[in-house]
Amino acid sequence: MNVLASMRTALRALRVNLLRSSLTMLGIIIGVAAVITMIAVGAGAQARIAEQIKSLGSNLIIVLPGSVTSGGVRMGFGSQSTLTEEDAYAIQREILEVQASGPAVRGTGQVVAGNANWSTVFYGTTPEYLEARRWAIASGKAFDAADLAGATKVALIGQTVANALFGDTDPVEQPIRIRKVPFTVIGVLERKGQSLMGQDQDDVILMPISTARKRVLGQSQAKLRTIGSISVKIRDDADITDAENEIRSLLRQRHRLQSHQDDDFFVRNLSEVLQTQEQSSQVLTLLLAAVASVSLLVGGIGIMNIMLVSVTERTREIGLRMAVGARGRDILLQFLVEAVTLAIIGGLLGIALGVSGSYAIGYFAEWRIALKAEAIVLAVSFAGAIGVFFGFYPARKASRLLPIEALRYE
Amino acid sequence: MEQPLIVTRELSKDYLLDGYVVHALRGVSLTINAGEFVAIMGPSGSGKSTFMNLLGCLDSPSGGDYFLAGEKVSQLSGDALAAIRNRRIGFVFQNFNLLPRTSALENVELPLLYGGCAAPERRSRAAERLAAVGLAERVHHLPSQLSGGQQQRVAIARALINHPVLILADEPTGALDTRTSAEVMALLQRLNRDGMTVVLVTHERDIAAFASRVISFRDGKVVDDQRNARPADAQALLAQAEEQAA
Repeated sequence: MNVLASMRTALRALRVNLLRSSLTMLGIIIGVAAVITMIAVGAGAQARIAEQIKSLGSNLIIVLPGSVTSGGVRMGFGSQSTLTEEDAYAIQREILEVQASGPAVRGTGQVVAGNANWSTVFYGTTPEYLEARRWAIASGKAFDAADLAGATKVALIGQTVANALFGDTDPVEQPIRIRKVPFTVIGVLERKGQSLMGQDQDDVILMPISTARKRVLGQSQAKLRTIGSISVKIRDDADITDAENEIRSLLRQRHRLQSHQDDDFFVRNLSEVLQTQEQSSQVLTLLLAAVASVSLLVGGIGIMNIMLVSVTERTREIGLRMAVGARGRDILLQFLVEAVTLAIIGGLLGIALGVSGSYAIGYFAEWRIALKAEAIVLAVSFAGAIGVFFGFYPARKASRLLPIEALRYE
Repeated sequence: MEQPLIVTRELSKDYLLDGYVVHALRGVSLTINAGEFVAIMGPSGSGKSTFMNLLGCLDSPSGGDYFLAGEKVSQLSGDALAAIRNRRIGFVFQNFNLLPRTSALENVELPLLYGGCAAPERRSRAAERLAAVGLAERVHHLPSQLSGGQQQRVAIARALINHPVLILADEPTGALDTRTSAEVMALLQRLNRDGMTVVLVTHERDIAAFASRVISFRDGKVVDDQRNARPADAQALLAQAEEQAA
């Protein structure tokens, strides 16, 4: 008997017990659907993180002021602003791997435009900062070196600020007041979305660092050159770890730190953080898939259970088939094909359920999902393998029956 | 043209039942020629069913030899026995043993399926066979939609589909009433007249009377082997019964 004939026999046997076959399949359906959905959700999360890495710039290093030790007492992070604008320019100038290095000072304040007002964060920075952060201008233009030199009162506003202050009208060339200081909006920043911590990165105003210091913050002479952070972009072909080390030694040298002294700054490789997150979400995806696979396994055990019942129930049929010439391997094939057919049909229905379930989750929970062809192929071949694995024992049991005993079975 | 179809030499079969050895068959030597109609009789436990299973290659003997059409089959492997059952032997059972929820046609096709026969040929040969046993109109009926006699005729059609050399009938009328029994016996007699060797197991004298040779078993041995020069004619009996009814 060939495989095709076995399949027809198997399909008939499954149709005869339609309810039982469907219930048996349910285990596989749920298992396959769960694997596909979980991988889709996990891969979606991964894709989101990957996108954030891209939006952040794949080779961004952030340098932050660190703690200083004063008379044996270690002060906390950011307790003293140890970074200066010159540090940022030195990094740009002296380290070959660096493409752009921009300092930033931070402030908060009320912003007014016409009769609308909004409380937001502003950064005083340089055009290099925009480059390092891969921040493009949606409309208008960015400030340039001349603005920096002249401390002109121009501002770039984020999408959220633009919305809050101007609604639908074009903010470019409009006057605004930041902490009561009059400014002109010269450009709107491109949308960046939420940061990894869930902060709205578009709720921001950027201005030349000189303007921020002289016109808005009004800093004391002592703090005049200190800054809150330096954003550094490493060249695409450069090694990010080498660059990190060079930045570290340059700053240590500039800050005149002795070899026994700790760094008074932090070097953060943000894309590394994101990559770690990506890895952990990968692990999470695997974990979810593993849990879903357990239900697939349970489905397989269900198949085995039903096949065993079926073999017992059909002992006389097996005896008769043997009496008219079926060999052991014909019987083995028949029951194996039945089990695999159950698993494969269940697998196909599971794909349908898994795909629609993934879209449903994507739609209702507004989660990013990413359906993976590999996941689908994997889940179904796993289902088929389960059919073979769990179908084999009952099928072999059937094939080993003695014809005479099977025929006499009551 | 009498030639031995079945030869057994000191055929024996022992079972192990709850730790005790049961000698179901204790050395049976028999010769059955092609074209014979043999009835095997005996009380239950006499070994007649065991003998039948050995003849049908459903079971292997513990000792002795069995030749079917000149081929020594007593030492063959399971797969070889399956092939012999498929091509050489047609079985008819007391309880018909038709596959439930499967049409008469597909039931008859079953041996061809295992004989490696293409689907269209299977279909036409099975339909032909069913027509030959008078069931041309019932090919697509399920066993549950057929009467006992019709079911047994389907089973006989199935037994004949692969042109066997031997029909083994195990109490073929055990589940049927007198009239239907006569019908089935008439069919078997007709096959026998066309040259088919038929061996049937029964415990009813009336049924054994249709055979041309009656072999009696007791305690695993042959105790009687008689030729019946003038077996009863089932077809004639049926005609007679119909006349009386009319």
